[in-house]
Amino acid sequence: MISKEVYFVDGVRTPFGRAGEKGVYWNTRADDLVVKAMIGLLERHPDLDKSAIDDVAIAATTQTGDQGLTIGRTSAILAGLPQSVPGFAIDRMCAGAMTAVTTTGSGIGVGMYDMVLAGGVEHMGRHPMGFGADPNPRFLAERLVDSDALNMGCTAEKIHDRFPHLTKERADAFAVGSQQKAAAAYEKGVIQKDLIPVSAASESGWSVVDRDEPMRPETTLEGIADLKTPFRPHGRVTAGNASPLTDGATISLLAGEEAVRKNGLKPKMRMVSFAFAGVEPEIMGIGPIPATEKALAKAGLSLDDIGLMEINEAFAIQVLSFIDHFGLQDDDPRVNKYGGAIAFGHPLASSGVRLMNQLAAQFEEHPEVRYGITTMCIGLGMGGTVVWENTNWRG
Amino acid sequence: MLEKFAPLFVDDTEVITHSLVQDVRLKSGKTLALITLDNFKDHTRPTTLGPLSLKELDERLDELEQRAKKGEIHGIAITGKPYFLAAGADLSKIGAVKEKIIGRLYVELGHYVFAKLGDSSVPTFVFINGLALGGGVEIALNAKYRTLNSAAPALGLPEVFLGIIPGWGGSYLLPNLIGIKNALKVIVENPLKQNRMLKPAEAFEMGMADAMFGPQRFVEQSIDWADEVINGKKVKRPNEPGTLERKTVWPAAVKMARSMIKERLGEIPESPYVALDLIDAARSGTRDEGFKREDDVMEELVSGDKFRASMYSFNLVQKHAKNPQGAPDKSLARPVTKVGVVGAGLMASQLALLFLRRLEVPVVMTDVSQERIDKGLTYVRAELDKMVERGRLDPDDRNRYSANLSGSLDYSAFSNCDWVIEAVFEEMSVKQEVFGKLEQYISEECILASNTSSLSVTEMAKNLKNPERVVGFHFFNPVAVMPLLEVARTDKTNDETMATAMAVGKNLKKTTVIVKDEAAFVVNRLFGVLLSEQMKALDEGFSFDDISEAIKPLGLPMDPFDLLELVGMHVAAHMMDSMKAFDQKRFYASETLGNLAEHGKILVKDDKGKIKGFDKGAVALLPEANPGRDKETIMTQTLEGLAREIKIMLDDGVVHSAEDIDLAMITGAGWPFHLGGITPFLDREGVSQRVNGKPFHDPMVVGVKN
Repeated sequence: MISKEVYFVDGVRTPFGRAGEKGVYWNTRADDLVVKAMIGLLERHPDLDKSAIDDVAIAATTQTGDQGLTIGRTSAILAGLPQSVPGFAIDRMCAGAMTAVTTTGSGIGVGMYDMVLAGGVEHMGRHPMGFGADPNPRFLAERLVDSDALNMGCTAEKIHDRFPHLTKERADAFAVGSQQKAAAAYEKGVIQKDLIPVSAASESGWSVVDRDEPMRPETTLEGIADLKTPFRPHGRVTAGNASPLTDGATISLLAGEEAVRKNGLKPKMRMVSFAFAGVEPEIMGIGPIPATEKALAKAGLSLDDIGLMEINEAFAIQVLSFIDHFGLQDDDPRVNKYGGAIAFGHPLASSGVRLMNQLAAQFEEHPEVRYGITTMCIGLGMGGTVVWENTNWRG
Repeated sequence: MLEKFAPLFVDDTEVITHSLVQDVRLKSGKTLALITLDNFKDHTRPTTLGPLSLKELDERLDELEQRAKKGEIHGIAITGKPYFLAAGADLSKIGAVKEKIIGRLYVELGHYVFAKLGDSSVPTFVFINGLALGGGVEIALNAKYRTLNSAAPALGLPEVFLGIIPGWGGSYLLPNLIGIKNALKVIVENPLKQNRMLKPAEAFEMGMADAMFGPQRFVEQSIDWADEVINGKKVKRPNEPGTLERKTVWPAAVKMARSMIKERLGEIPESPYVALDLIDAARSGTRDEGFKREDDVMEELVSGDKFRASMYSFNLVQKHAKNPQGAPDKSLARPVTKVGVVGAGLMASQLALLFLRRLEVPVVMTDVSQERIDKGLTYVRAELDKMVERGRLDPDDRNRYSANLSGSLDYSAFSNCDWVIEAVFEEMSVKQEVFGKLEQYISEECILASNTSSLSVTEMAKNLKNPERVVGFHFFNPVAVMPLLEVARTDKTNDETMATAMAVGKNLKKTTVIVKDEAAFVVNRLFGVLLSEQMKALDEGFSFDDISEAIKPLGLPMDPFDLLELVGMHVAAHMMDSMKAFDQKRFYASETLGNLAEHGKILVKDDKGKIKGFDKGAVALLPEANPGRDKETIMTQTLEGLAREIKIMLDDGVVHSAEDIDLAMITGAGWPFHLGGITPFLDREGVSQRVNGKPFHDPMVVGVKN
């Protein structure tokens, strides 16, 4: 039970870029992405006493090179925060930034922190997934996990296997919907307001990245119907119904009640509860289901109380498994109102805060909604969920 | 592009700085065209603006102007590749023009292109993202607005230092932007202070930029700021000169600067005065008139001798000095983990301080008495404390260096030293005794260095078991300030010793010149030539004043007799005795010098140290005689003596090249940069030809006449 209130004051991110040589961030370092997001966030709160930031938690899945060296500390120094502000690095793969928020949020909850910065980064162009990993041979030798467990695409195929009624057609339809919702949100300008434009050097000069590069608003059902299924022959998971490989960074400012008052902050959300849960690694995509049940139970709520949901779209099928489990419609308007990772991209350890940014923006639009969740699946069979209360709620 | 510039574009060796255009969507919905200057080389090759680079920029600016007129873009901004805006004109090109007209055209081309930034129909910006020198600063001055990265390494207009003037608009635009006093500082005063650069905060304070942002989001914030300006934000420029400043302060400030420079440097350097004329004229008239004046004076300056000589000196200091000639394979150098200093006098203490700070290893000092040792240790620690007080040394480092310093009367404290340097009295027997005694305690590999200024290192080493580890290591006073270190090699010195000495010299951050162990090395040997001619002239009946006046065209940093007092007349007399012993035909040891030394002073100075005249007692010591020759011959004979001596030094292999001589004279004696030290001047004056039958440099370091 959290004894002190924990607030999500504000969150921003860099626009996301396509991973790889042709992506906008190919010549931009991961730590620089974090720093730019961090400065952009702090510029939005010019009166904030920076020396009162108690910690900086930055997540990255591959913690080597420009994502290594305790990136929470390196980025704090590079951003020019006072030397007295410490920092650390976090890893829970896709839920890195979410874990940065829950961990430092817990610190606020027990009264040890007043104010923190929490976020994540993944430059998947510079750090391809699983690069340099050295899984213990016992995993396979003792059949602790199936060989599919380490390939996220294969775990997604397995959801299709387990729930045959969740078809490729439903997954494709959900993916197209995600692209359309994202395009509509851009049209309204609700995504851009939490983006920190990034100048990126390239062989054609400095350019300014001010929108998400991976988006494909022109996507149609027909267009993605016959895409290759790279994870198994005649499979169901394609580039069309999965999130693309992405570069990007996110960051949020969390504060306790006192710090909110002292600094005159206007928090967007209050943390109600959170939970992480484990499932079979081979089918990691269903992780959000037990995590959400656990977090709701801790909050004393049920899914009926949840007015808005941000579910990370690592794969369309994995969102469908959640929807199906809780008896929602595939196009339930409460789910991913602004579209999700299929459109924006999923720079692993940074995505958690993107979900929170979008939920907070929706809360602002919907003062009638009191509770929302952010949830995501995590490699090696996990899920994480945070339950949030809308500070704009007018009950 | 005007037809007349065509002759500039035939050179295909230029490292071209490209102008890369990207459209940037502004928050206001408008569009900014952002030009990045990039030569596609790494950080070791800053972007420069040669003729072809300017041509490309010109084409992009013309295209953008068309788009601006159509309403497609609403502003134009220029920035650089990461860490650099631009390091200015391509000096290698401008310093090599073979016809006057080419130099002029290059200057005109810069004006022609940059003016488009000032004349554009839309707001123009330069985002000074990194290093900006010379033309790099001027491209920014030509734009209508500037932003500055607070972490840019340096900004500056080094032209006057190099014997030219800011010729792409700087001389006109800068005073009109930041006011006369600031402009004088940037254009004239700083370049004359060993080419001092500006830090961003200082440049911003002066008004050289309208906004300053941190490095992390510099381009992004500059773009947002440009957006505000494009949409009507008013930019304040408090340092922009008003009518009153133009009428009163401006001419007075220029006049004062002129008299200060005249007093400090004399009239030999040309560029500071030309710069002052231009700055003075910039007070009124149009920009294009100002640019025309720059074209006119630059045509003469860039084709002139002094600019060529300055470029020669610049290359000596920047390039030649980085790879000392005659140095053995670097890998032969042995590590130096502890240093011994024999002697605890002023020179020895300065050496101890330098080794402590630069090598960061233990340093042990010795002398003949505990009292003298303690005095030396106290001096070094007091100097460290002073540096801490001035904020130039971290207290932790002070503690480290202080703990690394010790003194010992007992030579056994040197037993684990890798390097021992002596700075005891300049007397051969004393030095021989010190080295002999040291050899009983130190390892066979420990290097023995001598800071002698004129004694034979070979002689010092002759009775040693291991003479191959002995090397001359001659510093100049004051040790912390003077860059030169002469490393003297004897016939016996081995490559390991030389390699170690060169590595130590480099770590001490000195400019090293390798010399053969002979007759006071380079600087003092040539000083000996000067002094011989001066003493000869005095003995023949010339006055102190005749001599000071006669050698003025050499552009030496001090009056010769002021220098003599600084060096110490006893020291000089002692040195001249050994020079005479070396060669009595070429070196002249006069009794007059000994007498003057006994008397103790030559000059009369006021309490600020300014020379007021000559001491009557000193004048009385000079012989009464009729010299029987013109006083101009003092200069001629001095130059001939120098040319002759340098030729002998080169023939004897004292140094490896005439460049070594000039590098030593510039960094060790402050001989003039704009004359190229001495050998280019001797060539130019026809002296080398006359005395040695040929010039030192082929081709000679001279400008072009047509």
